Amino acid sequence: MAVTTEHSQLPSPSLAPEPKALSRLAYSLFSRTSTIFAFAVVVIFVAVAVFAPLIAPYDPLAQSILRINKLPSTANWLGTDQFGRDVLSRMIYGSRNSLIFGLISPVLAAICGTVLGVVAGYFGGIVDRVISRVIDLLLAFPELLLAIMIAAVLGGGFWNVIAVITVAFVPGFARVARASTLAVKQEPYIEAAVAIGVSTPVIIFRHVIPNIAAPIVVLMTLWVASAIRLEASLSFLGIGTQPPNPSWGNIIRDGLNNLFGSPWPIIGAGFAITCVVLSFNLLGDVVRDVLDPEISE
Amino acid sequence: MTDPIIRVEDIGKTFGSGMRFSLAKQADEVRAVDGCSFSINRGETLALVGESGCGKSTLGRLLLRLIDPTAGRVYFEKTELTNLPAGRMRDMRRHLQMIFQDPYGSLSPRRSIAQIIAEPLDVFGLVRSGRQRRERVADLMTQVGLSPTFMDRHPRQFSGGQRQRIGIARAIAVDPSFIVADEPVSALDVSVQAQIINLMQDLQRQKGFSFLFIAHDLAVVRHIADRVAVMYLGRIVEIGPKKQIYRMPQHPYTQALMSAAPEPDPERKGKRIILEGDVPSPKRVPPGCSFHTRCPIRQEICSIERPPLREVAAGQLAACHFAKPFPIPLAKARPAIPA
Repeated sequence: MAVTTEHSQLPSPSLAPEPKALSRLAYSLFSRTSTIFAFAVVVIFVAVAVFAPLIAPYDPLAQSILRINKLPSTANWLGTDQFGRDVLSRMIYGSRNSLIFGLISPVLAAICGTVLGVVAGYFGGIVDRVISRVIDLLLAFPELLLAIMIAAVLGGGFWNVIAVITVAFVPGFARVARASTLAVKQEPYIEAAVAIGVSTPVIIFRHVIPNIAAPIVVLMTLWVASAIRLEASLSFLGIGTQPPNPSWGNIIRDGLNNLFGSPWPIIGAGFAITCVVLSFNLLGDVVRDVLDPEISE
Repeated sequence: MTDPIIRVEDIGKTFGSGMRFSLAKQADEVRAVDGCSFSINRGETLALVGESGCGKSTLGRLLLRLIDPTAGRVYFEKTELTNLPAGRMRDMRRHLQMIFQDPYGSLSPRRSIAQIIAEPLDVFGLVRSGRQRRERVADLMTQVGLSPTFMDRHPRQFSGGQRQRIGIARAIAVDPSFIVADEPVSALDVSVQAQIINLMQDLQRQKGFSFLFIAHDLAVVRHIADRVAVMYLGRIVEIGPKKQIYRMPQHPYTQALMSAAPEPDPERKGKRIILEGDVPSPKRVPPGCSFHTRCPIRQEICSIERPPLREVAAGQLAACHFAKPFPIPLAKARPAIPA
């Protein structure tokens, strides 16, 4: 018998090769106004953080008793705080701390949490029980309390604060990764990979993780906001960014004490956090859509 | 005939209750496969038939050690697979491949067709360069009747029949000598089933691999099999050459199964054996012959003693105390238009 071909049944007979993931990402990114906006906001904020010394009009730490609680003016675009420091300059420098903590911690937490969750979900049994119970233990504490406890043990410092926020976020990622892995593990293509002779680590990295990436990425973008907030709370407790150095978190906290003196620090920093969080969430949606093979067609 | 490539000795799989220290453990165990022995010769197609839940798929997976057996042994050529360490077992998988039932689920949705088909080649280091890899993939796609121009597409862009062709290309990529096909066409449209069956037969003729073909469609089995094994409640009740099983079944269950197969010719009505009752739960397999609760010719001994598989005709074995030939009427040559 001649081998029959079914080419005529193809939905689109175009011979053009499938666009690669990166170009599909770019296409999804720039085909929607909202995501162009989000992308622009993120680029601007990152540029501001990188070039802070060139952009900031004043030294963010310079105090002036003569210029406290000024309203916005041409000299100080966002006014001054209770120590007479320029709010805009503090926000520009503060973006460095906030973005670093806000981006590094969720990424690290996503990596650690995914590894733990996938290992627990894929291997099951005693491994799963040990990892899951430890995760449950961590989940039993509110993030902030957990962060304070760890900080009390480790002390302050840049990397310790990163570690603290990361540990606080790991349980959430591990839970999501484990649940998704349990679902993906049942898929016939995993059994097919085993039957072909693919080794377990390769199955995990090539077949499991790409198929659970979508919820992890979304969770990561959602937690950029929480990380900025948590860093602020830690600063308040004297663990995070230490005064007089600025971060958006401690600008808000200081501003709260001086709300009736000048509301501008809170308005400015709050607006910045909102913009960044919103932008990351929008970008997260795009990345999720590109990662999801069922939606991206 | 005497060149078995796969030999199975008394293989069994009991799925536990999950409750480790429960007193009810024994009662909750499911005997999915219970003491099956058979062999498959080089280049031969053995079809495994039986109703849903009788353990066909489990048996197929036991052969490839996708599930570890709780009893018995499987030999591939001279090697015992059942006690190989994981690493050595992975090496053996080059010779043992599988085609899956679900053409939608068995291909990873994120990987391109080229990546899917080349995966076994990569695992066993059979291609050296990216160029060679693509050439090999193109060659395999042509062999299964797909155009190589589509190798960079993803599974979602293909129909069920095309996906099954991709699955077949992946299975034959490493030139295996034994393939388990787990109901490879039951998820496809009838019109596509024939194409896929013919494709598998053609490939088998060219490459000479052996097949364990798991199916519940007796018409498909009749077309592709050399020998047929009939399963009931985790045991093989009858095994033998296709012709004998279809024309002269000796086990009452096979007889009932064959008589119940749909007959395309409305003029020809064989006597249909209707079995009473339902299949017992594999949690509570009846003692003695597991079929005795529904058997039309049961005797007292059937509920006490389990009948072994014994030769009832040349190459044909049946597990029944009272096995006897039961001819299934052959289609008579009829004039196309009745006079």
